[in-house]
Amino acid sequence: MSAVTSPARPASSGASARTINRIVIYGLLALFAIFYLMPLFVMLVTSFKTMDEIQNGNMLALPQSPTIEPWFKAWGQTCVGLTCAGIKGYFWNSIKMVVPAVLISTLLGALNGYVLTKWRFRGHTLVFAMMLFACFIPFQSVLLPMATILGSIGRFGVTLQNATGFNFGLGNSTVNLVFVHVVYGLGFTTLFFRNYYEAFPTELIKAAQVDGASFFQIFRRIMLPNSMPIFVVTVIYQFTNIWNDFLFASAYAGTGDVMPMTVALNNVVNTSTGVVEYNVNMAAAMIAALPTLIVYVVAGRYFVRGLMAGAVKG
Amino acid sequence: MSTVAETQIKLTPEHDARPGASVRSRLQDLLPKIVLAPSFAATIVFVYGFILWTIYLSFTNSKTFPSYDITGARAYQRLWRWTFESDPPSSWYTSITNMGIFGFLYIAICLALGLFLAILLDQKIRGEGVLRPIYLYPMALSFIVTGVAWKWFLDPGLGLEQTLHQWGWTSFHFDWIKNKDFVIYTVVIAGVWQASGFIMAMFLAGLRGIDGEIMKAAQIDGASTFQLYRRIVIPLLRPVFLSAFIVLAHLAIKSYDLVVALTSGGPGGSAWLPSNFMYEFTFKRNEMAVGSASAVIMLMTLTAIIVPYLYSELREKPR
Repeated sequence: MSAVTSPARPASSGASARTINRIVIYGLLALFAIFYLMPLFVMLVTSFKTMDEIQNGNMLALPQSPTIEPWFKAWGQTCVGLTCAGIKGYFWNSIKMVVPAVLISTLLGALNGYVLTKWRFRGHTLVFAMMLFACFIPFQSVLLPMATILGSIGRFGVTLQNATGFNFGLGNSTVNLVFVHVVYGLGFTTLFFRNYYEAFPTELIKAAQVDGASFFQIFRRIMLPNSMPIFVVTVIYQFTNIWNDFLFASAYAGTGDVMPMTVALNNVVNTSTGVVEYNVNMAAAMIAALPTLIVYVVAGRYFVRGLMAGAVKG
Repeated sequence: MSTVAETQIKLTPEHDARPGASVRSRLQDLLPKIVLAPSFAATIVFVYGFILWTIYLSFTNSKTFPSYDITGARAYQRLWRWTFESDPPSSWYTSITNMGIFGFLYIAICLALGLFLAILLDQKIRGEGVLRPIYLYPMALSFIVTGVAWKWFLDPGLGLEQTLHQWGWTSFHFDWIKNKDFVIYTVVIAGVWQASGFIMAMFLAGLRGIDGEIMKAAQIDGASTFQLYRRIVIPLLRPVFLSAFIVLAHLAIKSYDLVVALTSGGPGGSAWLPSNFMYEFTFKRNEMAVGSASAVIMLMTLTAIIVPYLYSELREKPR
């Protein structure tokens, strides 16, 4: 019965209802697009304005006389705490921390995922579950012991420095942060590779074993060449997470010229001395956001896939 | 197929039988475990060991420096007492009420908005490829950048209020970010802005995974679009709701940076979440035991949400 009545309904309500419907949908979508773009737009516009224009003009207005000056000032001259040499040093701090941390944690994750799927042993699920749970803990619950350990390692580094003239990187803030990010990133990288390798045909591995290929040969010759997509996903995920980290950075490298970008940016913005230069602040925020934004624009598909894999099972 | 399996079974004992190769093959057998061992050991020490260490510290009377004499549950007793000290509110009371407000609104609004946007985008929209990245990009930004941007946008003297005044709506008043009773809602706004696009992407992926035949069948039966979504689509999205809830709950409990960057803690610490409470008490107020106790409470809250979820996820896998 209902099947007979239903075709009549859309026909009678006509095409105009449909059009209105479409207009409402597109209107709502556009409205939300504005909501999401607004803060970025304001940040970008403000960073190209002079202070005069900011104080007397409208937040949403385009710059009357665009100037790139705030960007140069943020990069090379603005004050972070007491030093006024811009944020460029902190930007490099972040790069020096991110690159090794991402590479090491990704490679270890690949090996772990390979073992946990293709060389299973009794209790492999428990091992994986324990590593996976580590991703979800609030890092506040390990923050203080890690600070204590890093402190004693630092003192040991000083002793070594006095004895041998070289501290082997012990006590260096960048090394510390690389270590911390590798340790607490392992859970996610292992999760990504495990879920990816789970779907990889085990017959291929078996065949290679029969042919006498060793553990590492199989990894290098068979797994790695077929892992490109998951490598991209993992590297992007780790890069974004580590670049954006603030908690570890502020706890273990929160002062002086060893600060990573996020901590330095927070200091620039929250400095209460002198006149607050909003345009410089916004330029600094844009510079801090650029690396991850560029990654997002260039490889957004992989970025989303990484987020999803971290959230839903693979 | 069966022949391959047979040869394999034959091969293994032969391998072991060769005297010279036995040590090497023993090593080959152990190699996977050796490779995994450092990561697993690091997890045991730096995650589980450190958690035990934090729990231990919470039962001492550590102040500026850790002390290792157990003095009982004093830190927890203080937190418990502070839980009900609402007049004037203790900073712990403020932190957990804020957690309640922020957690509830952040999760609820993100889920509602994410689902709503996903359904809108699923109506065969032209330009979906442009809109989706626009909704999602905030997730690539750090909380610090998000905080800086929204701090500016919500500032009464510079941002939205000022702009609307200039456009002639002079009675418009919006100073939540400076108001101790409302500052936590600005954290909700910025948090929703950052995460809702991602939740939209999760729901959209879920919607695209639904069998088109079911939808067609329902339409033929005369279901209206609204009924279709309420009765059929949304119930089918239950697993996505669960995953999204876990992601959001996890993000909410861990939220720390956003409060720092957006509000600097708010007037008199009125925007604190438990994570901020922990950091301030441990590193700034020299109340290490109380800070540790609050960290333990955060951990237990998250564990209560995550462990059942992980358990069901990992159990489902082999099937």
